[in-house]
Amino acid sequence: MVDDASRMVLARISGELADCRTPRPHTGTASGTIRETMGHKVYSSLDLAVEDIPDGARIMFGGFGGAGFPNNLIQALSQRGIKDITAISNNCGTKDGELGVMFKHHQVRHVIASFPGPNSNYFQEQFAAREVTLELVPQGILCERMRAAAAGLQGFYTTVGVGTEVAKGKEERVIGGKRCILEMPIHADYALIKAEKSDELGNLTYRLAARNFNPIMAMAAATTIVEVDEIVPIGAIPPEHVVTPAIFVHRIVQAKGVRYA
Amino acid sequence: MPDKPRLTREQIAQRAALELPDGAYVNLGFGIPNLIAAHLPKNVEVYFHSENGILGMGRRAIPGEEDLDLVDAMKVPVTLIPGASFFHQADAHLMTRGGHLDVAVLGGFQVSEKGDLANWKIPGAKGPGAIGGAMDIAAGAKKLIVCMEHTTKEGAPKIVRECTYPLTGLACVDTVITDLAVIDVNHAGLMLREVAPGWSIEEVQKLTGAPLMTLGRAPEIKFD
Repeated sequence: MVDDASRMVLARISGELADCRTPRPHTGTASGTIRETMGHKVYSSLDLAVEDIPDGARIMFGGFGGAGFPNNLIQALSQRGIKDITAISNNCGTKDGELGVMFKHHQVRHVIASFPGPNSNYFQEQFAAREVTLELVPQGILCERMRAAAAGLQGFYTTVGVGTEVAKGKEERVIGGKRCILEMPIHADYALIKAEKSDELGNLTYRLAARNFNPIMAMAAATTIVEVDEIVPIGAIPPEHVVTPAIFVHRIVQAKGVRYA
Repeated sequence: MPDKPRLTREQIAQRAALELPDGAYVNLGFGIPNLIAAHLPKNVEVYFHSENGILGMGRRAIPGEEDLDLVDAMKVPVTLIPGASFFHQADAHLMTRGGHLDVAVLGGFQVSEKGDLANWKIPGAKGPGAIGGAMDIAAGAKKLIVCMEHTTKEGAPKIVRECTYPLTGLACVDTVITDLAVIDVNHAGLMLREVAPGWSIEEVQKLTGAPLMTLGRAPEIKFD
């Protein structure tokens, strides 16, 4: 879909970005021309894709019910020894799996989640010891607060949670005869997500129900890093099949078949 | 009286299945509600919704058929029926919250006579509790059914005047189906619709923490 004139412009832009972002050129199989013009988002390793995430960062992690977790990026981030992060995710890991490894190594300071989960043993221990703090959010409201951040909205009113513990400290008003509470956006510095396929521009598709939180987090974070099973050339994903448009994706890394998870 | 047989969890699910209209879009929560899918009457087809982004969820996957990218909200590998679709979690909850689902069925710890629901945390239990999708579902389903045992393990009523457990939602429950009764919540209070086989209205009332109204009679629960 990219004509020659646009390609030249994009090539120039990507060159400028390359100067300031020290890109890691992908060494995959896509055609050379496209790689040179578009490949600045493609990272050659999981470690490089997460190497600049600072201690204390606010990070969204996709995944639900064992599906769609960026397990390889999580492993890379954990092995780097990052600490004091705020983790925004539906749950808090399953034993050592998913986010569990980050709790195991005491790398999380605060969590925003809806369902910490019965098998999040490291989180549960650290929560009990007051080493980790938690904001518990209804699952759909967690989604909408992230989507508000993505959409440039400064908050919204909802009936969800009225009269419950989650309403504590929140502004309440009556709209249309219904009691509502004010919910604020959830922003993040980074989103770590999992998709099935990305083209070299960052257009994403997801497999089955592994989609879950990933497209929402991709839109909400300042920098979105995606691990995928397969990176394909631009144009290989039909435009009408794209679920997350490339504008939301900043770093792409092939994870299937590499050394983590 | 406590020795009389009550409905089993499977029977509660079987009775609840009769509340699902043909063609309905339905969300089933954790616990007893999750058993309902196996008890649908033969002439009824419904579209099951899962909050991780599935409409048209089919039966559980059999061994060898599991795909870990295709699981329900309880992490159980499932299948799809023809006409199924996937969407992200925000759209999944747009459906629960926005009044798009016809029926949702949740488990419960307590239901009040005003239809308040408590189902996410037991006071004094270890840990912070877990809300998941329950509050969104409670706030937005067109019809909310709660399936639970009528009393706690210690024999205390779970249907009460005021919930003492942390709340999930206010005035959200339409119908409660327990091992002793089918009860509708209406503006005047709780209406006892059916009782478990062998149980009288008075016996059910004794194990209920709020007054039950009747239309003078309450037939025994049937399963077809």
